[in-house]
Amino acid sequence: MKTEPAQTAAVAIEHPFPDTLLLRFSGNWRIGSRIPSLDEVGRQLPADGGVKKITFETAGLTGWDSELLVFLTDLKRQLTDQWIEVDPTGLPEGVSKLMAIASAVPEKTDTGGESPHKPFLTRVGEDTTAFFQTVTEMLAFIGDAVLSFIRLLTGKARFRRVDFVALLRECGADALPIVSMISLLVGLILAFVGAIQLMMFGAQLYVADLVGIAMVRVLGAVMTGIIMTGRTGAAFAAQLGTMQVNEELDALETLGIAPMDFLVLPRMLALTVMMPLLCLYADLMGILGGLVVGVSMLDISLAEYYVETKNAIGMTNLWIGLFHGVVFGVLVSLSGCLRGIQCGRSASAVGEATTSAVVTGIVSIVVATALITLLCNIIGI
Amino acid sequence: MAGKKEPHIVVKNMTLAYGDHVVQQNVSFTVNQGDVFIIMGGSGCGKSTIMRGLTGLKPPSTGEILYNGVDFYGSDEFGDRIRRSFGVMFQSGALWSSMTLAENVALPLEQYTDLKPDQIRKIVSLKLSLVGLGGFEDYYPSQISGGMCKRAGVARAMAMDPEVLFFDEPSAGLDPVSARLLDDLILQLQDSLKTTMVVVTHELASIFAIASNSVFLDPETKTAIAHGDPKKLLAESNDPKVINFLTRGQGKEAVHA
Repeated sequence: MKTEPAQTAAVAIEHPFPDTLLLRFSGNWRIGSRIPSLDEVGRQLPADGGVKKITFETAGLTGWDSELLVFLTDLKRQLTDQWIEVDPTGLPEGVSKLMAIASAVPEKTDTGGESPHKPFLTRVGEDTTAFFQTVTEMLAFIGDAVLSFIRLLTGKARFRRVDFVALLRECGADALPIVSMISLLVGLILAFVGAIQLMMFGAQLYVADLVGIAMVRVLGAVMTGIIMTGRTGAAFAAQLGTMQVNEELDALETLGIAPMDFLVLPRMLALTVMMPLLCLYADLMGILGGLVVGVSMLDISLAEYYVETKNAIGMTNLWIGLFHGVVFGVLVSLSGCLRGIQCGRSASAVGEATTSAVVTGIVSIVVATALITLLCNIIGI
Repeated sequence: MAGKKEPHIVVKNMTLAYGDHVVQQNVSFTVNQGDVFIIMGGSGCGKSTIMRGLTGLKPPSTGEILYNGVDFYGSDEFGDRIRRSFGVMFQSGALWSSMTLAENVALPLEQYTDLKPDQIRKIVSLKLSLVGLGGFEDYYPSQISGGMCKRAGVARAMAMDPEVLFFDEPSAGLDPVSARLLDDLILQLQDSLKTTMVVVTHELASIFAIASNSVFLDPETKTAIAHGDPKKLLAESNDPKVINFLTRGQGKEAVHA
C-alpha cells in the first residue's frame, strides 16, 4: 500500500487589511493527520481587537474531510460569539456547502435525552415504583395463566396439537443427553465427597444412602430445574420475545387468538408434564454415578449397593422429589414465558428478556426449594 | 361508484395515548362499505397507532369505534365477533415464523371453522395463488423475500373472507414495481370481493392510485384535519399542510405546471 507524502496540515495567519484576518490552509486536513489547535488562531485574536472579518485561502490544501469541517465549525462558533464575520468564499465549494447545511437547522437543546445523573432519592423512588409495577405485572400474568388453564379445562382455549407435541419433545427427549451428563457427574461427586468422610468410620456402605436420598429427594430435581431454565426457559423467552418484535403476537391477537392460550399454555403444560419425568431420569443417573464410585473404589458389591439404596430411599422421598419437579416445571416455564411476552420491540430487548428469564427461573427454583424443605420439616416428612 | 354507500366503520372522537403521551385526540371519521380508505400523514403522526386502535390492539382512552353500528370495545363478545370479520396485514408481514405459509393461512380457518383439513388445504392454495404465491405452500417465511412475505400476509388476512382488510404500510420497503403490484392487488381484490379496505400509508403514488376516501392526520394539532378523496383534496383543499403533503412539499403550482 502506498502512503501519501507526509504533508502536515498547517494554517498560516495573515493580515491583508487591518480589520481582516486571512487564514491560509495548507497540507492534508484529514482524519488521522495531526492538525493545528484552534487555540493558535484564538491567541492571535485578542491582540488584534479590531478584527471584524475572517477570510480563507486554500490553494495549498491537498485534501480535506470532516476533520477540516469540525475545525471550521468550532472556529465559526468561537468567532460568532465575538461578533466576527466569517466569509466562506475562499473555502473549497464542498466545504462551504456542507457548513451551510450543518448550520441550517439550529441545534436542538430540548431533544428530551434524560440526564444521566439523577438525585439519589429520585432513583430510589423510581426503582421502588418500577419494582411494584414488576410485581403487579407478574401477578397479572400468573392470573392470566390460571384463567387460560381454566379455559383449557372448559374446552375454550385453543392451541395446535402439533405445536404441543413438538414442545413435549423439546422439553423432554431433547434434554436427555445434558440431563444424563450433569446428573451422572453430580452423583459421582456426591459419592466421592461422602466416601472420604464415611471411610473414616468404616461406613462406606452408607454412600449408597447418601447419594440415593440426596438425589431423589432434592438434588435430581434442582439440577434438572437449573438445566431446564438455561435450556428451555431461555428458549421460551427468546421465541416469544422474537415473536413480539416481529408483530407475530399482534397478528394472533387481531385474529382473536389469545397468545396466552395459543403460545404460553402449551409451553407451560409441556414443561410441567416433562419435568417430573426428567427428574426421575436424573435420579436414576445420579444413583448410577454413585454406584460407579461405590463399586469401583469402595469395594461394595453391586447387589449390596442396590439393596442399600432401595432400603434408604423410600416412597416419601420419591414423591417429594417429583413434587419439586412439578413446581419447578411451572416456575421455569412461567418465568420464560413471562419475560418473553413482556419483551420490548427491539433486538436488545430479546437478549434482556432471555437473561431475565434465566435469572428469574434460577432464583425462583432456589427459593422454592428452600420453602419446600422448610415445609417438609414442619410437617415432619 | 354510484349509489349512496352505507357507513361500515365509524370512529367517534377517538383519543389514543400511551400513558401521558397523547398520540391523536378527538379523531372522527367514517369508512363506507367498499371504500379504499387511506389513513395518511407524515411519519410519526400516529397512523399505525390509529390502526392498532381500529384492530383492537390498542383500546382508545376515550371515544368509540363502531363496526356496522356495533361498539367494538363495548363487550368482549362483540369484540370477538368483529375481530373475525376483519383481516390485518402487518408492516413486515408478521407471519408466524415457525409455520409454513400454508399453515399460516390455514390457522384462522382451523381455529374458527369446522372445515376438513382437505377443504382447508384447497382454500389455502386458492388464497396463496390469489396473491401470486401458488406453489409456495410449504415454504417458511424465512425462505422467501420481504415482498413475498407481505403478499403472504395479505393471503393470511384474507383467509376468512373478511368484510374489512387492514393494510399497514403495504409499500414500505418494497421496490417501486413490487409496490405497484401490491397496489394493483389491493384494487383487484376490492373490485372482485367488494371488501372494505383500510390502508395506512404515506406513499403518494399509492394514495392517488388506490384511494376512494381518506383521512389526513396532523402531528402538531394531533388530530384529523382533512377527510375525503385525496384527488379531490389536492384539487380543493386550502389547508397548506394537506397540500404540502400531497405535493411532496412543492405546492399546487408545481404539480399543475
